[in-house]
Amino acid sequence: MKRFSILLSIFLFAVASCAPKPAGPQNLTVMTHDSFAVSDSVIQAFEQANDVKVTFVKGGDAGEMLNKAILSKSAPLADVLYGVDNTLLSEALSADIYEPYASPALKNIPAEFQLDPSDRALPVDHGYVCVVYDKTYFSTHNLSAPQSLEDLMKPEYKGLLVMENPATSSPGLDFLFATIKHFGDPDYLGYWKQLRANGLVVVDGWETAYYTNFTGASGQGAQAMVVSYATDPAYEVMSAPTPIAEASVAAVVGPDTCFHQIEFVGILKGTQHLALAQKFVDFMLGAPFQADVPGQMAVYPVALNIALPDAFTKFAPIPHQPAALSSDDIEKNRDAWIQAWTDAVLH
Amino acid sequence: MLEVCGVDKTYEAQPLLQNISFVVGASETICLLGPSGSGKSTLLRMIAGLEFPDAGRILWNGMDLASTPPHLRDFGLVFQDYALFPHLNVFDNVAFGLKMKDRSSEEMRARVAEVLDLVSLRGFDHRKVTDLSGGEQQRVALARALAPRPRLLLFDEPLGALDRALREDLLNELRGILLQTQIPAIYVTHDQEEAFTLAKRVLLLHDGQIVQQGAPADVWSKPNSVWVAQFLGLGNAIEGRVVDGKWRVETRFGVFTVKCAHRHQVGENLHLLIRPLAARAGMNQIRARVMDVVFQQDHFKITFDGGLYFYVKDEPKIGQKFGIKVKLECLG
Amino acid sequence: MLGIASLHEMKSNSYSRVLLWLAPLTFLGVLFFYPWFRILAFGLSFETLKPDNLQLAFHVLLFTSYQAILSTLLTLLIGLPSAYLFARYEFRGKSLLRALTTVPFMLPTVVVAAGFNALLGPRGWINLALMHLFLLSNPPIQFVGTLGAILLAHVFYNTTIVIRLVSNALSRLDPKLEQAARALGADHRRVGWHVTLPLLRPSILAASMLVFLFDFTSFGVILLLGGPTFATLEVEIYVQALQLLNLPLAALLAFLQLLCTLAFSILYSRLSAQLTIQSAPRAAHPPKAKTASEKVFVLAFCILLFVFFVLPMLALPLRSVSRLDADRGQQTPIHYGFTAGYYAELFINRSNSLFYVPPINAALNSLGYAITTVILSLLLGFPAASALAKPRALEKILDPILILPLGASAVTLALGFIIAFGRLLISPWMVPLAHTLVALPFVVRALQPAMASIPDRLRQAASTMGASPFRVWQTVDWPILSRATLSAATFAFTISLGEFGATLLLARPDYPTIPIAIYRFLSLPGALNYGQAMAMATLLMALTTAGIMIIEKQRLPGAGEF
Repeated sequence: MKRFSILLSIFLFAVASCAPKPAGPQNLTVMTHDSFAVSDSVIQAFEQANDVKVTFVKGGDAGEMLNKAILSKSAPLADVLYGVDNTLLSEALSADIYEPYASPALKNIPAEFQLDPSDRALPVDHGYVCVVYDKTYFSTHNLSAPQSLEDLMKPEYKGLLVMENPATSSPGLDFLFATIKHFGDPDYLGYWKQLRANGLVVVDGWETAYYTNFTGASGQGAQAMVVSYATDPAYEVMSAPTPIAEASVAAVVGPDTCFHQIEFVGILKGTQHLALAQKFVDFMLGAPFQADVPGQMAVYPVALNIALPDAFTKFAPIPHQPAALSSDDIEKNRDAWIQAWTDAVLH
Repeated sequence: MLEVCGVDKTYEAQPLLQNISFVVGASETICLLGPSGSGKSTLLRMIAGLEFPDAGRILWNGMDLASTPPHLRDFGLVFQDYALFPHLNVFDNVAFGLKMKDRSSEEMRARVAEVLDLVSLRGFDHRKVTDLSGGEQQRVALARALAPRPRLLLFDEPLGALDRALREDLLNELRGILLQTQIPAIYVTHDQEEAFTLAKRVLLLHDGQIVQQGAPADVWSKPNSVWVAQFLGLGNAIEGRVVDGKWRVETRFGVFTVKCAHRHQVGENLHLLIRPLAARAGMNQIRARVMDVVFQQDHFKITFDGGLYFYVKDEPKIGQKFGIKVKLECLG
Repeated sequence: MLGIASLHEMKSNSYSRVLLWLAPLTFLGVLFFYPWFRILAFGLSFETLKPDNLQLAFHVLLFTSYQAILSTLLTLLIGLPSAYLFARYEFRGKSLLRALTTVPFMLPTVVVAAGFNALLGPRGWINLALMHLFLLSNPPIQFVGTLGAILLAHVFYNTTIVIRLVSNALSRLDPKLEQAARALGADHRRVGWHVTLPLLRPSILAASMLVFLFDFTSFGVILLLGGPTFATLEVEIYVQALQLLNLPLAALLAFLQLLCTLAFSILYSRLSAQLTIQSAPRAAHPPKAKTASEKVFVLAFCILLFVFFVLPMLALPLRSVSRLDADRGQQTPIHYGFTAGYYAELFINRSNSLFYVPPINAALNSLGYAITTVILSLLLGFPAASALAKPRALEKILDPILILPLGASAVTLALGFIIAFGRLLISPWMVPLAHTLVALPFVVRALQPAMASIPDRLRQAASTMGASPFRVWQTVDWPILSRATLSAATFAFTISLGEFGATLLLARPDYPTIPIAIYRFLSLPGALNYGQAMAMATLLMALTTAGIMIIEKQRLPGAGEF
């Protein structure tokens, strides 16, 4: 009996802790991938202006996040979903998870970014996924910088490249697509097998790749090259605690070496806070948030007339010939490509 | 010839065996007779080499066995619960000892057939031991012990797990086998019928010591202590006091004339044995009231008021006063 | 008199038996059989059975078997001498060491993975020590992400199975058999080879089979310590389902998984049925080591086992209170030393935290789920166990059905939910339901022997002395059942707390559990995340260890080991 009453009291305590929260400002839940960031001041301004409490739920990497959203369609996990990029767009749209919203802020955004004519997924930022290398490491080890994708197969770079799993990570997937564009299908598999033989390291997400494996960041890892963003050098300069003149990392921006990535936001179908969600989308497309994007997430804003930080113009080169694939191609072949890549590289 | 000299063994700080000494001659079967827990099995294990005495020596043909491990002693061991190897069939069980001696397979086959024949289990070679009855298993155990021609056989209450009829059959067979093979044997039991049937010499073990040893008939007719008399069920043990120099002893049941082996002082206390069978002649007589009568095969066991019991041919009535001539002996 | 008669009649009345089975069968029908039906429909359709998929499935099956066989062999390598050690020798600290080897088995996979990570990972104790000692810039030991890590963790987990089963058999071996063999001319070596080993064969085989089964269905260890390069069936099901959203292929793999585990489970139950072959309990306690070589063996193995089993689990809590490296993206200097900061961090909900709520809420969620699981599985387990305790024809058909969920892995159960309930992660309630499915067989197996052991005679005696059926139950049944119930409840509680595979597929991000939290934290860089992972893992380890101790105290004679 004593044991039973102990159990009972634990049960009651647990139930009590799930009691409903008291009423106050409304809640808005935004699901993002792991690399989302926004300045506190910017988000607080929005919260105060709209009497809302915004909570961000990190859903993992873009691919897994999207799959969870699809699997929970009829009972959505959040009100707004941010982080689906152009490689995942077709899947998100065909799964019909978004609520269309023709935001008035769209008129401030160039047509080239508005890949969804039905306005269910709205563009927020864009960037270039390239191979980024640690200049300091390279000069210490007397290595010359790679200029092209083919260069990565060279024996002098053995074991120095870390890449994200394209099944879960959008930069990983983007880079895979760049190689598919460059080498063609199925020759790209030969390239990847060579890379694997050359000591390619694969990890699950960008966070791990950059902050644990990359020598150039605080993780003191073992790989001097990472699949990351062309804006990394600029970001490094901007976030340095003491001013530095030069970035210690650089991006490989040869032809076809980078992939153009656009990230989207959308309102999830079935949300209970439609009006608030719409306001949030407006906010993300509006000037304060867009101006915050380069500093927080190290990518470019899509909106027109947003001033870029100096470091961006000085240290973040725009690739001349970024690789791109048609959305039809992507839609048809993405799963097969990922599976083939997994077989060739992981298994 | 096996010689056990002054063997002591303590168990959990209590003395288990004290100063055990005896000899087993060629083709002799001796029996260690004693109640359960008296250390008989331990003694056997020490002889087999599976345990070590705390003091004393065990010699074979004059050689101290202390440095010889059990697998080199060549002593056969037969347990109460057979201890047959369950994963082997009859043949492999019996042949085990031969296999350990690296005998050839023809040799093994011949010898196994021989011993199986000896224990009346011809043709049982391929049977699973777990399918056999208790009696059959014990015969296999015996065959297994005999097969490698041991120098000495050690039996640890081998018939204890069998029912009465089976036990008697096997007892007789065992006697025949022992006579036939002429291997010296030490047979441990608490059952005196087994002991008297098989052994040339019986050793009575009590409180860790050998209290009497001798041929069965000798021990039977001349028990040397109350304990022996009671253990062997020889009769009624009573106390008495010598009253005069003419062999007269006073007891609870009357005054009797008893001739003892040695003289006792007047006034000395001693123990007497009253055999249950009535005496033919003699002056000693007991008259008492019958409290209980039980029929036992060919006689009646009557119990007197006072606890004495006797065997008589004619059935008395309970409550009847009865007189009987008795045989009295001195104990010890 | 009349009371017992009608009680009896009611028990044997087949109508009431059906009633007993109603609840558990409905539960299983809706949450296990229906989803499995859907899985099979998905996975065995013609489109799914195309050569590419079959090739992938074969490839994955091959690797799964390969790592399971290797793990089993290694486990035997450590387990068999250890079993001998425990069965044949007495030494100081024996019961403590025995308990230590048992603890890993009940620990959740995330805790074990976190422990090994804390010891041998790139930011683990050994690597940091080596880097410090030899002034290296990169961690020298590559452990996490290798096959070795998987194998080591498996051995850590499963050695106790070999130790328990084999040392039990060894200590129940009638010593007279060995004595007889020695008297017949066999020295120690030959006794071992001709007598002991053949008699141990059933237990060794049974132990190997069980270990293989666990290694085959391993999920958390492969995912957390192996990394993306290693895919067993379980992991591949997860990857296909959640990363590639290829549900048909996931279903095919799940079907394969079920076939294999069913086959192995049947094999195991056949083998373990032979385990009761030779029983004569060794009356005496085993002796202390006598000869020098024996002493060396005992000492060496004690140290080995102690180090092997204690170190990873010690590394874990220590790591949770030490700040040894930089936070993610940290550019400021690091303050090395002991800190309670990671635990404090669990209570803070930063605006851009990993979760909707402070991480400590994961603990509350886990507790809530666990309690729900306990209640549900007891409610369903009691009727099933009491029906199985006095089996009739109905039970003979239904017993294997109840065992089936034991054969299906947690990941496949969760996959079934996802497929059957129309691709929905409907509500947080899916998680405790899945936990109940996983825990139910254990609960039934914990209750059944106790129920079977209540002699009818006791009940009859109580009735003849005037007790009503309820009083009979209260005075006769309950005292015997209470310990079994506590044991069963703790089983369900501990299983639910530590469950990882099914929860990973079914949990919503706003309702994380402790294992999910650990997993998420471990997959992100930086000391803050790592520290929180270690802190949560330490918490979970403490909770499950408490559970284990409760179960061990209630250990009833007659309740089967596995």
